[in-house]
Amino acid sequence: MNPEVFPCRDKYFEQTMWQRKDLLGLEELSPEEIRQVLSIAESFKEVSTRGIKKVPALRGKTVVNLFYEPSTRTRVSFEVASKRLSADVINIAIEASSVKKGETLIDTGRNIEALKADIIVVRHGSSGAAEMLARHVGVSVVNAGDGWHEHPTQALLDIFTLKEKLGKIKDLKVSIIGDIAHSRVARSNIWGLTKLGAKVTVCAPKMLIPPGIEEMGASVTHNLDEALKDADAVNVLRMQFERDENTAFPGRLQYFKTFGITQARLDKANKDIIVMHPGPINRGVEMSSEVADGVNSVILEQVTNGIAVRMAVLFLVSAVREEKNETIN
Amino acid sequence: MKLLIKGGRIIDPANNLNEILDLLVVGSKISRIGKNIQVKAAKLIDAKDKLIMPGLVDMHVHLREPGREDKETVESGTKAAAKGGVTSVLAMPNTEPAIDCPKSVKLFKDIITKKAHVNVFISAAITKGRFGKELTNIAGLKKSGIVAITDDGSSPDSRKLMSEAFKKAAQEKVLIICHCEDKNLSREGVVNKGFTSTRLGLRGISRESEYERVARDIELAKAKKASVHIAHLSCRESVEIVAEAKRKGIKVTAETAPHYFSLSEEDLARFDTNLKMNPPLRNKKDISVIKKGLKDGTIDVIASDHAPHTENEKDIEFERAEFGVIGLETELAVAITNLVRTAILDWPDLVNKMAYNPAKILKIDKGTLGLGKQADIIVVSPHQEWVVQKKEIYSKSKNSCFLGKKLTGLVEFTVCGGKIIYANVNKYK
Repeated sequence: MNPEVFPCRDKYFEQTMWQRKDLLGLEELSPEEIRQVLSIAESFKEVSTRGIKKVPALRGKTVVNLFYEPSTRTRVSFEVASKRLSADVINIAIEASSVKKGETLIDTGRNIEALKADIIVVRHGSSGAAEMLARHVGVSVVNAGDGWHEHPTQALLDIFTLKEKLGKIKDLKVSIIGDIAHSRVARSNIWGLTKLGAKVTVCAPKMLIPPGIEEMGASVTHNLDEALKDADAVNVLRMQFERDENTAFPGRLQYFKTFGITQARLDKANKDIIVMHPGPINRGVEMSSEVADGVNSVILEQVTNGIAVRMAVLFLVSAVREEKNETIN
Repeated sequence: MKLLIKGGRIIDPANNLNEILDLLVVGSKISRIGKNIQVKAAKLIDAKDKLIMPGLVDMHVHLREPGREDKETVESGTKAAAKGGVTSVLAMPNTEPAIDCPKSVKLFKDIITKKAHVNVFISAAITKGRFGKELTNIAGLKKSGIVAITDDGSSPDSRKLMSEAFKKAAQEKVLIICHCEDKNLSREGVVNKGFTSTRLGLRGISRESEYERVARDIELAKAKKASVHIAHLSCRESVEIVAEAKRKGIKVTAETAPHYFSLSEEDLARFDTNLKMNPPLRNKKDISVIKKGLKDGTIDVIASDHAPHTENEKDIEFERAEFGVIGLETELAVAITNLVRTAILDWPDLVNKMAYNPAKILKIDKGTLGLGKQADIIVVSPHQEWVVQKKEIYSKSKNSCFLGKKLTGLVEFTVCGGKIIYANVNKYK
């Protein structure tokens, strides 16, 4: 294959072989595996800057986006990533209600496998759903968010962005602000960042900090100024007021007053602090518009980097299956 | 017909026996125990290097019949019991419909008469339909032959109703078995609340949801001078509450299940629904307090909480999967492996926890090898190792939390009412 059109091929083979057919979470990844995704994503990033934004890495492969929860950003990002790799993409959005009709996730997965798809990108409201699917199908499964459990590609793109901006991850101080209890983004970020040697602090009202989070390697504070002080980066989570939980959430205004990121608060922090948000933003709740659109914000760069990171993930899981098939043949 | 079991170590704490002897069964009864019994017996079991124990009495078993014969039946469940060395079970009443009236007890008895391979004792519901709203006819149920009442699977929220239940139960001398869980606290939880629920992003079941209900039920039983038995203790606070009650002389007994002293939430590394049960697996500290409670007598009984579920109900998203695991075929070996081999219990202790104590609590004439008693006997290879394998499970459902685990202690023969109902013909020797 011509390295001109397929920039990372050689680089990929120089490295230790990625052995996973699936990407289910960052908890099970080694630091080396995470670095490998990041380094391949780096090569893929260039593809999106070309006149013809396409490489043939996944030509002839079929990627199915199987989404049981509404999502625009993540689904579109995976779709763009797949297309830039020349894969065929099929989007399946399943209403939660049709789950009750009886077709199980496993049956749906097997049907997709029978259609000879190569990769299933799955978003599901139940923690562990991606893992369960992966156990039952031979095709690759990429977790695009399962319940409150993990959202590995989001964390990978957050880490990629941080590394791009600050040159390293080790010893960085990263604070994650917001609804930690119900956030798969928070969990994946904690695993990924701590594995690469960063120091992670989570900051939220008490009711939104889940028990035992310290054992995952994060420090806890309920004071935003403390979380921002000395931080190299802050990752601000979306407050999900629509969530149907019994927990009494603080009101929007109250939340903004106590935990919202404002320019005045940033002014007291490290002046180069990186501000991230997985989107979509509740402007005036998690952060002011001034901050979202300000000089410290890298929110749109995260979106751009999401494409490269997802290209890397799709490429790696697909290469493993290719490798295995070759061995069988 | 005569059956002679020769040369095994007889462990029968009720009769203070712990020595190598022969045991003769004539008809359905134990006829003689002694050295070197020489009779012409139709059947002979060589029990050299083996243990001879009373058949186990498992006071917490879901046989699922009537209504959920796809999960288990009286026939399949009691076959599984026989394989596990269990010769008496107490069937839980959360069938479909629930066993909550004398008529349903009678129907269930007919099934047992036709299908059971071991002794099946019956428990009925405390409240009609197990809805926690209206008491069942406890006097009528008592007459119909039940040995306990329980709403197992849930716990009536109303103090007033529960207090009334204890009052009636005390009058009728019926034991109440309490599943202690405040669903207002455990809510939609699926695993222990703490690091594991956080790590896996699953809703947690708090410890309070269990132990606050343990405290309430003991308090209510005490006020009405009723007998109360606490089912499946899983956390240390519950053990401590029971211990305190016993110190005060309150009539309370308690049980735990094998998984609560052998597995912790840390074993739930991934989303394995065969480790999903209610109460949930707790942590290592809880395990050590439960072991201590077994040793010091706070916990009287080990019972399996055998809860069969089909693959379709288990092999799905963790949150949607049913709670519960099977246990009849593994409970003895799990207890030997985790309690006897580690010197937490000795052999007589083990027989007390798994046969004699539950029989005493249920006031049934089981759990001993006394002369003239029904011959419910097991012969066990105490050091034999084996691996739990799905294809060897007798139960209709295969949802064991010990699949793939190596255990020590194997049932070689199970005798029930003088008949050999199970013989290990496997290749372990």
